Amino acid sequence: MNAASPYFGQIINLLAAILLLLSFAMLSQRRILSLIDLFMAQGAVLCASTAVVAYATGQNHLYVSAGITLLLKVMLLPWILHRLIRRLNVKWDVETLINIPTTMLIGIVLVIFAFNLALPISQLAGTITRSTLGIAMAAVLLAFLMMITRSKAVPQVIGFLSMENGLFFAATSATYGMPMVVELGIALDVLVGMVILGVFFFQIREQFDSLDIRHLEQLKDD
Amino acid sequence: MEFLFVLGIPLLGGLVLALTGHRRVAAEINAVFSLLTFLAAAVLTKRIIDDGPQRFFDEQFFIDSFNVFLVALTAFVGFTTSIFSRPYMRIEHEHGRLTSGRLRLYHSMFQMFMFTMLLALTTNNMGILWVAMEAATLTTVLLVSLYRTAASLEAAWKYFILCGVGIAQALFGTILLYFAAEKVLGHQGSALLWTHLDAVKGQLEPTVLSLAFVFLLVGYGTKVGLVPLHNWLPDAHAEGPTPVSAVLSGLLLNVALYAVVRCKVLADGALQSNLASLLMMGFGMLSVVVAAFALSRQKDIKRLFGYSSIEHMGIITFAFGMGGPVANFAGLLHMTVHSLTKSAIFFAVGHAAQKSGTQVIDNIRGLIKVSPTVGWGLLLGSLAILGMPPFGVFASEFLILTTAMKQQPWATPFLLMALGVAFASIFGKVQPMVFGDTTVKRLPHPPALLPVFAHLVLVLVLGLWIPPYLADWYRTAAKLIG
Repeated sequence: MNAASPYFGQIINLLAAILLLLSFAMLSQRRILSLIDLFMAQGAVLCASTAVVAYATGQNHLYVSAGITLLLKVMLLPWILHRLIRRLNVKWDVETLINIPTTMLIGIVLVIFAFNLALPISQLAGTITRSTLGIAMAAVLLAFLMMITRSKAVPQVIGFLSMENGLFFAATSATYGMPMVVELGIALDVLVGMVILGVFFFQIREQFDSLDIRHLEQLKDD
Repeated sequence: MEFLFVLGIPLLGGLVLALTGHRRVAAEINAVFSLLTFLAAAVLTKRIIDDGPQRFFDEQFFIDSFNVFLVALTAFVGFTTSIFSRPYMRIEHEHGRLTSGRLRLYHSMFQMFMFTMLLALTTNNMGILWVAMEAATLTTVLLVSLYRTAASLEAAWKYFILCGVGIAQALFGTILLYFAAEKVLGHQGSALLWTHLDAVKGQLEPTVLSLAFVFLLVGYGTKVGLVPLHNWLPDAHAEGPTPVSAVLSGLLLNVALYAVVRCKVLADGALQSNLASLLMMGFGMLSVVVAAFALSRQKDIKRLFGYSSIEHMGIITFAFGMGGPVANFAGLLHMTVHSLTKSAIFFAVGHAAQKSGTQVIDNIRGLIKVSPTVGWGLLLGSLAILGMPPFGVFASEFLILTTAMKQQPWATPFLLMALGVAFASIFGKVQPMVFGDTTVKRLPHPPALLPVFAHLVLVLVLGLWIPPYLADWYRTAAKLIG
């Protein structure tokens, strides 16, 4: 760690704060296209923070992670999502199952819970990024909340991808990133998953003439 | 070398069938690839039994007596399922439920699914284990929605979202595991290798590891189908094509449970408490009881046996939770016999449902008149899964129950009650299906029942007499789990 590390610590904390704000913004966003833009911004922040951690700690393999993040989450996935939206022609507003102010309040409670849960672990961590573990966990929980409160398929998937962002951030902040082979595998899974989902959207639309997953509540035990 | 074949053949099969899967011979190609995988697995198994645990490719893969038995079982059931699926999928195609393109998707994904499961079983890297489990979910999502009906799309969506979220928890658990390991092993790729973790498990930070185990159990437990994370399982089993139900129930659940057990070994070593055991016993018991009571409400035959799988996975989780040589032995035996019996039942159910044109229990009647072999297969399979002697399930359940009486007396009444309720529900539903009156004509085609009876004979043999080398093998594996 070099002499400038307090500044790096500050920068990483700032980026983590932006990440959390973006999570809240996604939670409150009604328009699907803006949601994709927010997801892209989240990816960019993630990429930036990974690069800063890499520079500050000299962990060169983190540059590769940052590169993968840039390619996958800032370029490829938003592009696929935009294409899907265009071809499926679903630009309308997103409906939420719970109204947005209530969702935000639940979100705040989740953040407090995440910080408490992360506290004993961050104290054990020796990384310069340890204070951000709570934020990573909060981002995961907020994405989870977003998946629960949205009734359309595309926002649910964006929630899922945003959850993956939170997990990735947790990996960088707690451990300076996972081993390379694992990170590559995860990136491949995310990409393949996205492609399969794309196929899947068309199947759902073809069947129900809509991407509202409330149609998908017929299977019951009795 | 054998090891390379075990992973390489299904991968190659997936690629070949992606190009040729729509041809008429695709089903045969699928069966041949599965047979080759099985042969490679058999040779590998022999070598591991003779030479002991082995590591391959710079320790990235690790095979001991615990996972080699699952590799052999997976390859065997994969092979018999491919034999069953040959006429089954052909008839579905002729009935117009599937286009050639989807048949190609089916064949290719079947092999890729086998590949991901074998990768999950053989890898030494806990991160790659996660990647392979996620990949196994992805390959089966499109298989569950193969018929593209409203119900199957719903089942596949639920499967994807629930298992995706579940397995994300497991990723968080893996990150925490790496976090704990890094302190001891340093920041390098080998810190996630199971063998390395196992060697230093006593030094891993207990608070981190207990949290990691909770996340890993919840994550992989979703794929095992443990209550309350089981909602995807009955839907996915009921709506996918029957060969897929057979491999989901018989193999995927086992592989997910394997992941949980590997994590438990590490958690047990690091924690001074028996937190891991208690959690697994709790989840297992809850699954057994909830699933047993859900059985009686089922109207769809494949959902019925889906719930039965949850029940049996609960029993096995409970057994591994108790731990100790006898319970682990029983758990491993139960994994084997459940896998064989349940896939046999799904084969029989598949033929019955195909012939009757419905999966609704009330509309399937008089199987014994229409096709005696299907009827007897279903009846014997159901008796076997319900734990009737002399089948193998009886032996393993008996061992689990007697161990529970000794170690966890509180659990015995719940287990016995659940088994009794399950018996009443399943037998009460299967009996009229087999013996009732029917107006349906006899089958126009001969069903592929060789796999059904092959599995049942194996289960019967395991119930009467476990070959000594197999018993040794289980015992070594049981000792490894601790």
